[in-house]
Order: sequence, then C-alpha cells, then structure tokens
Amino acid sequence: MLNISGIHEGFVLDHIKPGMSLQLYHDLKLDQLDCTVAIIKNAKSSKMGKKDILKVECSIEALNLDILGFIDHNITVNVIKDDKIFEKKELHLPKQVKNVISCKNPRCITSIEQELDQIFILTDEERQIYRCKYCDEKYRSSSKKSLR
Amino acid sequence: MRHLMSPLDFSVAELDELLNLADDIEKNPPKYAHACDGKKLATCFYEPSTRTRLSFEAAMLNLGGSVLGFSSADSSSAAKGESVSDTIRVISCYADICAMRHPKEGAPLVAAEKSGIPVINAGDGGHQHPTQTLTDLLTIRSLTGSLGDMTIGLCGDLKFGRTVHSLIDALIRYPNIRFVLISPEELRIPSYIREDILRANQIPFEEVERLEDAMPELDILYMTRVQRERFFNEEDYVRLKDFYILTKDKMKLAKENMLVLHPLPRVNEISVEVDSDPRAAYFRQAQYGVYVRMALILTLLEITVSE
Repeated sequence: MLNISGIHEGFVLDHIKPGMSLQLYHDLKLDQLDCTVAIIKNAKSSKMGKKDILKVECSIEALNLDILGFIDHNITVNVIKDDKIFEKKELHLPKQVKNVISCKNPRCITSIEQELDQIFILTDEERQIYRCKYCDEKYRSSSKKSLR
Repeated sequence: MRHLMSPLDFSVAELDELLNLADDIEKNPPKYAHACDGKKLATCFYEPSTRTRLSFEAAMLNLGGSVLGFSSADSSSAAKGESVSDTIRVISCYADICAMRHPKEGAPLVAAEKSGIPVINAGDGGHQHPTQTLTDLLTIRSLTGSLGDMTIGLCGDLKFGRTVHSLIDALIRYPNIRFVLISPEELRIPSYIREDILRANQIPFEEVERLEDAMPELDILYMTRVQRERFFNEEDYVRLKDFYILTKDKMKLAKENMLVLHPLPRVNEISVEVDSDPRAAYFRQAQYGVYVRMALILTLLEITVSE
C-alpha cells in the first residue's frame, strides 16, 4: 500500500475514473502550476472499485470548475483548509464552454478563421450534448476522449 | 438591431407578421416603391449564387434602395486573407444592411457579432438558408391558405441540403405537420435533425427511398438538387446526382392539388415536361422569394409604410 500524505491547504479531486487522472492533469493545466501535485492512479474505491485521485496544494481559484464539470461532473471536489475538508464543491455541466474543445467540422468557419473562440453551447442537458455555436456540430460531453 | 441567421430567429407570431407584410407587398407594389429611398444593401457573396443574390438585389431595387457588393470570394478582400469580422466592420461603413452567403458554416453569425448593420444569412455552407425558408413558407401559405395540417415530402439531398434543414426547423412549429423524407441511403437527413428536432418534438415522419411510394400521400413535394459543391468526392456525386427524376408519369400518382416546390436551380431532378403541370409551383416560388425578401429588408431596417 502506497501512502501519500494529506495536504494542508488546497483541493482534492476524488472519484476520477481510473486512468483519467493524467489527462485531467493536462486538461486542467495543472502542469502549469508551481505547487505540489500528487497524481494517484488506481486507488481502491468502495463506490467505483478503482479510482484516480488528484491532490493539489494550491488555492481552489486555480481550478476551472466549468472545464472540470464539462469533463466529468461526477468528480468530487474537496476544498482543504487547515488539513480538513472545508467545502465540497458540486459540479454542473456548464451552459457554455469556451476554447476547451474545438470543432471538428471541416465546413465550420472556425476551421479557417482560427482566431475565433471555439464556443460550444449545452443544447441537451440530459444527453450531455453540446453544439458548436457557429455550425451546430454535435459534441457529446460523456464521450470525450481528449480536449482540443 | 436584429439579424436573421436561422428561420427560428422569428417567433411564429413575428413570422406571421412578416408573411402578412409580404402579402401586402404582392398586392400593392407601388405602395412600397420608395420605402427604402437612400438605403443601401450590401450583397457579400463569397460563393456564387446568381439566384439568391439577384433576388435580394431585385427586392432592394423594388423598394427604391440601391445595391453594392461582390459575387465571389475571388473578387473580395477575402482573397487577400481578410477575415469575415474585418470585412463586415468595413461594409458596415458603406451600407445599411448586408446579405451574406459564405461556403463556411457559421460565417454570417461571425459577421453579425461584429456588425454595425443588420446581417441576413443568405446561406452558409450546408447549414442554414433562412430566406429560402421564408420564401417556401410564403409560397405554401399563399398557394394553400395555411401552414398546418399537411404531409410534406422532402426529396433528394437531405444530408447537405440546407434548404431542407431550415424548412423542417420552421414547419415543426405549425400544427399537424408530417414529413416523408425521400432520399438515397447516402444522403439521408443528418442525425441531429432526426433526433433533436423531429423525434424530440414528436413530429411524425418516415424515411423512404422510392419517390413513387410516397407520392400519393403528399400535399407538398419539395424537390432538391444534389449539389456538386457539397461533395469531397466526384465519384459519389456522379453516382447520386440523377437518383430522382420527377416526370409526368410520377405526377400521375400525386393528389390533384399537390404542389411541387424546388429552391432552384434544377438540373435533372424535375423533367421540363412537368413545368406545364398546374401543380408545378417552383417558378411562382421564385417570385414569392422577392416579396418575402422585401418584407425582410423592411422589417430589419424597421421601416414601416403607412397607407
């Protein structure tokens, strides 16, 4: 059993699907942070069997909850203060995501005018479907493999 | 300031008002002959389209306004690499309203976001073509008396045919509409229309391959052209372009009061022998296109004409 100590102040992303933590680390741009980050893969979980965990020792302000909600709104976000869970943040599918994914439709205007923001709008919450603001190309949030 | 990107930008009530205005224009053209005196329409066409462009130009000229613009990307600053956002900022200084056609989907929306004048989407790739839809709605309403209680057959290229997508979007807001979607397997309606529009709104529809099977039940037959420019592969285009040809014989299977519509231009999909059939309404449809664009220009410029 591998032991990783708790954090004094920061946040813990729990219940990440096993194997997804490294991708999440990049998607959330945690690689750009100058603080301690622990990536834990395949930890035992009573709920999921196996899960990944990310422990980040810096302010919650560094975390983009919209992107995290878009990637997987079932992830648990624990904010840690003075070694204790101070707050649990609930994640939602954001109504709109900007410059998180890019449109794959070769006929979309964003394919030739690359300075345009890549904006996707949530059009069906139940089925987690986003559509490109410009061409209506579909993007299913639950099926995503990698961003941008 | 309002733009027109999709037929759904107008509510049913607003659409009714627009179509009523078009009706009045049809009945009384001189009343509107100077409604746009001193106003300018810019037609920014990054892709060739004689018909839609001329229809817009005729509409503005009928209203007493004037027209400027370009008719292909080669003759615009796009050839020098200018973005749509920059082009519309400049055009906003020259004209009062802009009609834009672009091969890339969403380009008119990019323009609308940066524009100082109303922008009309005159067709963006295979995505939307709202003024064709307004034309279709006015034609159907004028020739049948209503926009509900009918079975509409959409035939041909239902995959890339933007006129079909826009028409479905608009018609599902009226009561008792049923669609028969007639296409070869490769050109079936995109899944987002089937799932998110038809199924999600519980609109009755069926998908068939043979035109003859569908003919007897149709109140409207909307034919479309298989468009070469939508294919990346010439081989597929050649194989599918003559899949449907409406002939006099097939018209014998149709109801006596069925209407044949087509956004034009046609190639082979309607035999010329059908033109003399009183049910062939596609040339009258082109005339309605001018009336509805006149009504649209007046509406977006917020010009009212008193008696």
